[in-house]
Amino acid sequence: MSELAHAFVTALKLIFTGDPEVLSITARTLEISCASTLLGALIFIPLGSLIYFHDFRGKRLLVNIIQTLFSLPTVFVGLLVFVTFSKAGPLGGLGILFTPTAMVVGQVILIAPIITGLTISSLRGVSLEIRDTAVSLGASRFQTIQTILREARYAIAATLLLGFGRAISEVGCATMTGGNIRGFTRTLTTTMALETSIGNTELSMALGIILIALALIVAVLVNRLQQR
Amino acid sequence: MIAVRTVYKRYGDREILKGISFDVQRGEALAVIGPTGAGKTTLLRIIDLLEKPTSGALYIDGVDTGASEKARLDIRRRIGVVFQKPVVFNASVYDNVAYGLKIRGEGRASLHQKVKRALEMVDLSGYEDRRAQTLSGGETQRVALARAIVIQPEVLLLDEPSANLDPVSTAHVEKLILRIIQELNTTLVMATHDMSQGQRLADRIGVLMEGEILQTGEPREIFNRPKSKEIAEFVAVENVIDGIISSSREGVVSMEVGGKVIEGISSFDPGEEVCACIRAEEVTLALSKTPSSARNTFLGQIIRIVSIGPLARVELDCGFPLVALVTRRSAEELDLQSGKDVYASFKATGVHIIKSKGD
Repeated sequence: MSELAHAFVTALKLIFTGDPEVLSITARTLEISCASTLLGALIFIPLGSLIYFHDFRGKRLLVNIIQTLFSLPTVFVGLLVFVTFSKAGPLGGLGILFTPTAMVVGQVILIAPIITGLTISSLRGVSLEIRDTAVSLGASRFQTIQTILREARYAIAATLLLGFGRAISEVGCATMTGGNIRGFTRTLTTTMALETSIGNTELSMALGIILIALALIVAVLVNRLQQR
Repeated sequence: MIAVRTVYKRYGDREILKGISFDVQRGEALAVIGPTGAGKTTLLRIIDLLEKPTSGALYIDGVDTGASEKARLDIRRRIGVVFQKPVVFNASVYDNVAYGLKIRGEGRASLHQKVKRALEMVDLSGYEDRRAQTLSGGETQRVALARAIVIQPEVLLLDEPSANLDPVSTAHVEKLILRIIQELNTTLVMATHDMSQGQRLADRIGVLMEGEILQTGEPREIFNRPKSKEIAEFVAVENVIDGIISSSREGVVSMEVGGKVIEGISSFDPGEEVCACIRAEEVTLALSKTPSSARNTFLGQIIRIVSIGPLARVELDCGFPLVALVTRRSAEELDLQSGKDVYASFKATGVHIIKSKGD
């Protein structure tokens, strides 16, 4: 118990004294996860909207598959990215394996089903009466779609926060695609896994506290958005 | 302005509208009345071009609305609608009302003026910055009304404009609708199950039952001279009495009802099975048989008296059931009470005789 308390106190010291390693890892983590979420938003909100606003054969099956992929194993995504970008892989020539870029690619794949699927759910949450109201007020098809997206904005924002939460908290994909290189591809989760294995629980605890704090901020924001 | 021609609407096996045809002139207010499930909302959605008829045609200002999507959008932009349960966008009252103008590319200054004016018309000045979703049912209805009229529609469609409102809000909304009709000279088509609302707001009424328009005419005509027993019952003719014509002379018929004879103005022939429709307010009550111009006077016993605001609904047994509507003051003066015998009188002109089974 005293060991845990000691680790906790030391962790707080590391955080509040602005330990350069803690700050650097936190900054790199935020950088990678924010980039993944932004990129994911740019690609998969339009994709989710496209699926929602168009009727085609197999739509229901596609949505079911997307929802199944919500729990895509992170190590499986890591493996895919690793194989794709390793020297012998189809995109090995790009030389991005074990760089933050590869980590972003991995995280984008990881959160793709969440953002696509929850965008579809968010749009489904807008009542048909809203669509009818927009149409009856003279909106064109494009203006109607804009209106429905605007009505779903808080739910879609919550979707992005959930995607961010998934990206920032995963460890398997980040380790396999980033390689956990000090000062370059180390993130909160990968560092925690490594440092704990070598007995540096104080640093792990400090990073854990930061991770929990970030998760808390995300949860609070999601709750606030869902109430609007 | 609006021409509906033999419009059918089917959803699978269910036929909602069965060959409906009618016209609405520019500036006219038409109320489509009918019970729940008669097809009123479907009809309004077709006129609003939200749905296409299964067959038949709809012309707005002579333009066939089935022509093209572009034509439909252009026509739709000339129509305003308020749904039965209006929804508001998750935005301020101002943005809700401004929506129709924004999507038409209205300039900022003129948009502001028009929104302000529309909010004034529905008595919601000062509500601009309120979140629309926090408003009460009556206020939401008024926002929806402002949102519909701000685009200065040539046609305004109202679907049960007060179905979910309390009596005070209903009166308020009706006052606003009357003001809109008068000030904007809009063509109005309104669906309502409240026949008295149709009477209050419309120039003309169409009775829609089970997907068919059974009768159209001025409110007075619909309420006093319903074409069928179903319409009579729907427009709250309290006394719909079955009988057989026993004699007919010079436009006055005698109708036999359980050994009693009711006289009315009609041209039915003896032997025909008919119904006599007598509005309860046409029946007067007295304690003794007094000379009057009423051809029909019956001694009856009071079965029940129910107070309805300032009126009393008196149910009588005159050998046939008869309902009279008198003021509560009259009821008190006559000391009306259950079991008491009274004379019920009504004029032959107050008896509207129709065929027992509709044509």
